Amino acid sequence: MTDTATLPTRKSEDWRYADLAALEKLWPLPEAEDLTVAAGGTYARAIVQTGGGVTQLRLTLEAGASAALHILNTGDAYGRVEVEAILHEGADLTLGAVQLASGQGTAEIVTTVRHMEPNATSRQMVRSVAGGMATASYLGKVYVAKGADGTDGEQSVRAMLLDRTAQANARPELEIHADDVKCAHGCAVGELDKNGLFYLAARGIEPARAKALMLQAFVAEAFDGAGDEDHLRSMAQAALEAML
Amino acid sequence: MLKIENLHASVADKPILKGLNLTINAGEVHAIMGPNGAGKSTTGYVLGGRPGYEVTEGSATFNGQDLFALDPHERAASGLFLGFQYPVEIPGVSNLQFLREALNSQRKFHDLPPLSGGEFLKLAKEKAGLLRMDMEMLKRPVNVGFSGGEKKRAEMVQMGILDPKLAILDETDSGLDIDALRICGEGINAIMRKPDKAVLLITHYQRLLDYVKPDFVHVLAGGRIVKSGGPELAHQLEEHGYEAVEGQAA
Repeated sequence: MTDTATLPTRKSEDWRYADLAALEKLWPLPEAEDLTVAAGGTYARAIVQTGGGVTQLRLTLEAGASAALHILNTGDAYGRVEVEAILHEGADLTLGAVQLASGQGTAEIVTTVRHMEPNATSRQMVRSVAGGMATASYLGKVYVAKGADGTDGEQSVRAMLLDRTAQANARPELEIHADDVKCAHGCAVGELDKNGLFYLAARGIEPARAKALMLQAFVAEAFDGAGDEDHLRSMAQAALEAML
Repeated sequence: MLKIENLHASVADKPILKGLNLTINAGEVHAIMGPNGAGKSTTGYVLGGRPGYEVTEGSATFNGQDLFALDPHERAASGLFLGFQYPVEIPGVSNLQFLREALNSQRKFHDLPPLSGGEFLKLAKEKAGLLRMDMEMLKRPVNVGFSGGEKKRAEMVQMGILDPKLAILDETDSGLDIDALRICGEGINAIMRKPDKAVLLITHYQRLLDYVKPDFVHVLAGGRIVKSGGPELAHQLEEHGYEAVEGQAA
């Protein structure tokens, strides 16, 4: 998590793609939120950040605890959500995030998941859409401590560019100090599936609506299982439609 | 209803259709059969307007309109339905949402008001019933987790709801077991066998034609129709193969 004493520069890997001019106006950042989920407990949270800002959350999951975080980060300003999670034995973290960056905006999701003890699991799914001159980035580190055998960490990262001038960055990163570990990451940056668009057009759906539906499809699974799934989906959908 | 004249089309600069002529009148069912690579699917895609399928010569007139002057969604709204051999999966979008959008998009094209949720559901239920498809399936995302047969039945439900004038059905029979084949065949008849509608079936096999009896059968080879006849031609093909029948034509 970011040290709040000095304004970061681009030399800092975690701030490489940030909008530092926008960040300066928000500086100094408020204290990060600290949260501990007690052993065996469960926690669910939706973080909705529209129109910019920096949200920092530091989450500790004690043995056997589980947490589900869902993030919607949208807008044409600078919006960054940082999550650091510390997982003790057998803890389980699910993180599903959608970020939609438009105009000249910069949207970032920065996660550090620390598997400190054996048999903890983490699943991160991030779907980014960038249009206009916007940038959407995901920087995600999974750290597996020595002795944290039986770790299962997964990162699924996909980004969609609506315009040639938009940018997406994805940096899934693994740092593993244990032997018996399953960590997978997949990442892809693409454009809307042409087959899908033609299928929708062949049923009479206008191009703009077809795009909106394909984007709805693209972000849908990130909110699977969220407590307020429908609400998050409809907010994301409204933001997507505004981008087209 | 549809008049195709001297149609030439290329995919990635490779000529596939080389002078296709075909006229389909209202009330008729036509079948195009032919070996792999003859240009069957290309015919469907070119008429539907799939990007990458380039018309290099010739014309297609659909109900008096120049088909190739219309965008794909305008062709659909004008009453052309293209049934896909491989229907596309769209996660996160339910069949009902998709179909309601499609229908209302087509209605908007004709300056008609959108159907209300209730009116649409009633229509969807009726058409799903024709294809013996449970409404629960229509609440699921488009084609996601559907078997091959379910996808094809879902296509026919779409056709029922959208109520096109001309359906071009590309290998609707592929991936179907015998029961699903019969259900799809009966669905096509119920929806499209009407004096003001027409069907173009694109198929490898005779078996769908046992359920949807064609008025005309055409053999497509090398990007052109090399032989046309009545339903008996499909049987000849099934019995003797394309080579023998093409040989006769030559």
